[in-house]
Amino acid sequence: MTRPQDALVAVLRRLRELLPPEGLVTDSAELRTYECDGLTHFRVVPALVVLARSSADVRLVVSVCGQEGVPYVARGAGTGLSGGAVPHAEGVLIVLAKMRAILEIDPANQRAVVEPGVANLDVSRAAAPSGYYYAPDPSSQQVCSIGGNVAENSGGAHCLKYGFTTNHVTGLEVVTPDGELLELGGKAPDPPGYDLMGALVGSEGTLGIVTKVTVRLLRSPETVRTLLAGFADTDAAGDAVSSIIAVGLLPAAIEMMDALAIEAAEAAVGCAYPEGAGAVLIVELDGPEVEVVTALAEVEQHCHAAGAFELRRAATPAERTQIWHGRKSAFAAVGRISPDYIVQDGVVPRTALPSVLREINRLSKEAGLRVANVFHAGDGNLHPLVLFDASRPGELALAEELSSRILETCLRHGGSITGEHGVGLDKVTSMAKMFRPDDLDTMQLLRCAFDPDNLCNPAKIFPTPRLCGERPGRQSPHPIEVAGLAERY
Amino acid sequence: MKLLESLASVCASGGARSGEAADEVDGLLPEVVAAPVTTEEVAAVVGLCAATKTTMLARGSGTKLDWGGSPESLGVVIDLSGLNGVVEHEPGDFVVSLRAGTTLAALDRELERAGQRLPIDEVVPNSSVGGVIATGLSGPSRYLHGAVRDLLIGLTVVRADGVVARSGSKVVKNVAGYDLAKLFTGSYGTLAIVTEAIFRLRPRPRAERYLSATFADEAELSAALSGILASQLAFAAVELARAEGGGPMTLGVLLEGHPDALERRMAGAAALLGKCAVSDTVPKEWGQLPGPVTLKIAVPLGFVPSLLGELSALETTLAIPLRIRGSAGVGILYVGLEPSTDQASFAELLQVLRSSVGSTGGSVVVLRAPASIKAGVDSWGPVAGLELMRRVKERFDPDRRLSPGRFVGGI
Repeated sequence: MTRPQDALVAVLRRLRELLPPEGLVTDSAELRTYECDGLTHFRVVPALVVLARSSADVRLVVSVCGQEGVPYVARGAGTGLSGGAVPHAEGVLIVLAKMRAILEIDPANQRAVVEPGVANLDVSRAAAPSGYYYAPDPSSQQVCSIGGNVAENSGGAHCLKYGFTTNHVTGLEVVTPDGELLELGGKAPDPPGYDLMGALVGSEGTLGIVTKVTVRLLRSPETVRTLLAGFADTDAAGDAVSSIIAVGLLPAAIEMMDALAIEAAEAAVGCAYPEGAGAVLIVELDGPEVEVVTALAEVEQHCHAAGAFELRRAATPAERTQIWHGRKSAFAAVGRISPDYIVQDGVVPRTALPSVLREINRLSKEAGLRVANVFHAGDGNLHPLVLFDASRPGELALAEELSSRILETCLRHGGSITGEHGVGLDKVTSMAKMFRPDDLDTMQLLRCAFDPDNLCNPAKIFPTPRLCGERPGRQSPHPIEVAGLAERY
Repeated sequence: MKLLESLASVCASGGARSGEAADEVDGLLPEVVAAPVTTEEVAAVVGLCAATKTTMLARGSGTKLDWGGSPESLGVVIDLSGLNGVVEHEPGDFVVSLRAGTTLAALDRELERAGQRLPIDEVVPNSSVGGVIATGLSGPSRYLHGAVRDLLIGLTVVRADGVVARSGSKVVKNVAGYDLAKLFTGSYGTLAIVTEAIFRLRPRPRAERYLSATFADEAELSAALSGILASQLAFAAVELARAEGGGPMTLGVLLEGHPDALERRMAGAAALLGKCAVSDTVPKEWGQLPGPVTLKIAVPLGFVPSLLGELSALETTLAIPLRIRGSAGVGILYVGLEPSTDQASFAELLQVLRSSVGSTGGSVVVLRAPASIKAGVDSWGPVAGLELMRRVKERFDPDRRLSPGRFVGGI
């Protein structure tokens, strides 16, 4: 068997022949800038970075890597929060950030065609003059790439009403691990055959590398109304959410922040949320003006009935932005009140929210660490932020322990280990807590069909890679990741 | 022990029997019909079939057995109609989990009590949920609420080797692991047998208004349709129908919302449609397929008017009456024909349509037809990614036991 080092040398030699020098990064200091994504505690320096300019470049790299048995990982903007784009120490990192052309805005067919490196928000910006927008809106939408959104099946605050990336992608051009360029779907709905596109969205870059994306554009709503409501505590705010949902109202977004998250947001961006609030709700309604006005009045009634002490309607776009600013900057804001923190991403059935919040509170007290809660209350997606100080001996371990116990609480209530951040490297071991071995084995049948040699973003998602039974002995080991994981858990 | 006896022994309450004429699928008579009523029993049935190298086909209500390609062989029909009922429905979570044999109608009766619904139309009366998943059959409501694939959030399946596997979960927002529910939706039972499904739900609308208008030609219709698609009135469905032999086209739109607000939105819709009829309910034939032979044509939205023009022209030149219905707002038209349609003309119609629709990036599929009509044509047409699909099939069902021949490329 070829040693990894020899295979890498062979890959580098071939790519030097085939790609322009500026498309290859080999300098060790420069390589280091790619060592992590948005989850910074997993760091692996890649052996080689390719800055792809086209699907042909991607095809070339994937083919050469396939021939030499060298693993490769795709990376967009590097904003992912689960380590999905962490490089392979003996592999190639394929960076798609330079492929950032908006190829087409097609209002007549309500579609946009873009390259994977395009920033999420730029799609909506380009479509805005025609009166359209792209619905999925992760908090990082100014920088995160569409390719990364496809890999992670990204959500966002407005997925309560509009769904996730998977509901808005209608076509993918993808380089499969055997080096083929495939067009799946396009501007028309329901292409015949297996929904490989549906399987690819959210597969965290393990089934292929997307080089072009066709997305649905939605007509911009006639009216958007945003409401900020202050409550004494999360229980009262939770009651308001329950009654809004129960009567059949479907706001575009319902977001909640608890006292600690509010404190952090105030410290960071001075969002001027209601003073003394133990919890705030942000409720956004959109649609035809007459429907929105009627629904807004109902939402306000439910908030009052649940004990809201202050209701603030955004009267101007600037006020709306102000309200959202506090929420969207909440993760980073926590840095103002704590030297270190872990962002968790668990989901529970919405009706279990109050009891899960109480349990998180109890776990937080037991561990002696503060937990700030920011979450998508409408769909039960929690983002508890565990605050700690890494300079204090043992506190990191304690924080990690608390974070993982919160996740177990979510699972005990029939929830999920991740609502939008993905499994990546971060939650590989949690997969075995959510799914049985047969479930994981079945998922990996799909992987074996796409990538029998396990070269495409290996060691992500699954706790134990499945041997695919073909060409035995060509599975590449991944000691770096395994060691990394062993350290973390 | 004979297969029939072994299967009867694992289907404790539903039993097993010899296949009869009514069980035939495209002229193939199954040796046995087994009726498991739990996931475990389905697993036992599939395990027995695998051990005896027997081919299988899952059947819910049996309403779509003439869909897709004809199976190559048929050993056992797995009758899932007894595997029915809701497993869990917590109204506050807007999620339901249910067994595959449950009919859409029975589910709707149950959800109505909670003021909720699964917004998947009963396109074929008496359809089971499993059959709707297997064929990915969505109706008019997909315009606003999404297709089957968008509403399905979790699945329990039995693999071809009898192993039970789950994916997804009962929370709407979940990205843990591969989304196998997408892969299995519309796979015509060729990858695994669905035994339980979890769907996200929607509130029942407080009020509905249906408006329809007729148009004499494609240009008039095209203008109204673009107006509707570009409006901000948030329609729930945008449907189109045309009787055979040319004649006027009907555009029907549905609005859902608050009773007070609907009046204002209706005025806006009427301004776009011109002279129109208004009703509190959708018409009886809402979403139903236009004929015993049905083609499904999918095109990018903007091509719907020109497709209508082409269909009218073909109707004349080939002398085949075509009944048209579809979700104009989504880009899907169904074309209905009679089973007596001349085979050669049918093949020509298909070929001409595939060439022109193909150039828009769309597809033409023979959704349902008697075996005699299907025999002379490729039901599915060209399929992008077919080789990869074959590799997926090879991994999930290496011995081709699950509905062999029914899917694209003879999968």
